[in-house]
Amino acid sequence: MIEQPNLSYINTLSGGDEAFKAKMITIIKNEFPIEKEIYYKNIEAENFKESAENVHKIKHKISILGLEKSYKVADDFENNLKEGSIIGKEEFDAILQLITDFLKTL
Amino acid sequence: MNCIIIDDEATARAIISQLCTNIPSLNILEEFPNAIQAIKFLNQNHVDLIFLDIHMPDFTGFDFIQTLKNPPKIILTTSDANFAIEAFEYDCIVDYLVKPIALPRFEKAIQKAEATASDTIKSNEPTTALETASGNDLYINIDRRLIKLDIPSIYLIEAKGDYINVKTEDKNYTVHSTLKKIEEKLPDSLFLKVHRSYIINIKKIIDIEDNSVLIKKDVIPVSRSNRPELMKRLNLL
Repeated sequence: MIEQPNLSYINTLSGGDEAFKAKMITIIKNEFPIEKEIYYKNIEAENFKESAENVHKIKHKISILGLEKSYKVADDFENNLKEGSIIGKEEFDAILQLITDFLKTL
Repeated sequence: MNCIIIDDEATARAIISQLCTNIPSLNILEEFPNAIQAIKFLNQNHVDLIFLDIHMPDFTGFDFIQTLKNPPKIILTTSDANFAIEAFEYDCIVDYLVKPIALPRFEKAIQKAEATASDTIKSNEPTTALETASGNDLYINIDRRLIKLDIPSIYLIEAKGDYINVKTEDKNYTVHSTLKKIEEKLPDSLFLKVHRSYIINIKKIIDIEDNSVLIKKDVIPVSRSNRPELMKRLNLL
């Protein structure tokens, strides 16, 4: 079964502070599409080193949203990109879509 | 403790800021999306602790640390555990937090920071990419490496915005620094600022025309105000 994003980490961090929770969601909803777009541009242009940096940044959001297995997939993909390989791209792109869909529900 | 947060990711800055609200002794002064902006702030403010991301475009956390002459305590924050060994080569780094950071681990890092000696940075001590010259040596920071230059081999330094080009007999280097800072590190007996954008090694001059000097293959302008000092320094017949 595919793991699903969740707000468990943000809820714990907020300690019940709804304003902080709302702020975090807003920041992620603003920042994630930009990071995703930069990644897509770099991967399309075969700028693998830059793409690896982009994946590295996105990994943090993957972990914040509780996607532990996906984090490992992203980590492997980042390492592959550093070696000039795009093995793992499809799985990583699926994670991006999963997060995109989840953020739409918030 | 007065703190700043340096991270290019807004999400990460918000998380660290929130974690800090749980610890009354922490006072966040400012947040920065890049290290360059933080250097300017450190020149003017007293900071005890920096939360520093390693992975940042153009200027990494380690690049940043190497520019600090008297760094405050630093807690590294990263999504990558692989830098831990490198991190502990720096005395100023008190802990290394892997994202996502949980509160108990964060509290432990702050305890470590508070326990270490309070050799904090003074607000008015400038930070620089140029390490102190010792004898004939000058160390410059290039891509996380401190490279030793033999001062007499430097023949020209040229200002280029926020950077300077240091030209030596063997090689040219681009360093994030200013003419003013490097001028302070060089011996007056050898070097002279002949223009607001140029410092020359007067021993390397080939010839002088009205308002320019030839050094190697570079023709360098001499400003009217600096020309008398240049003429005074020459052994004129």
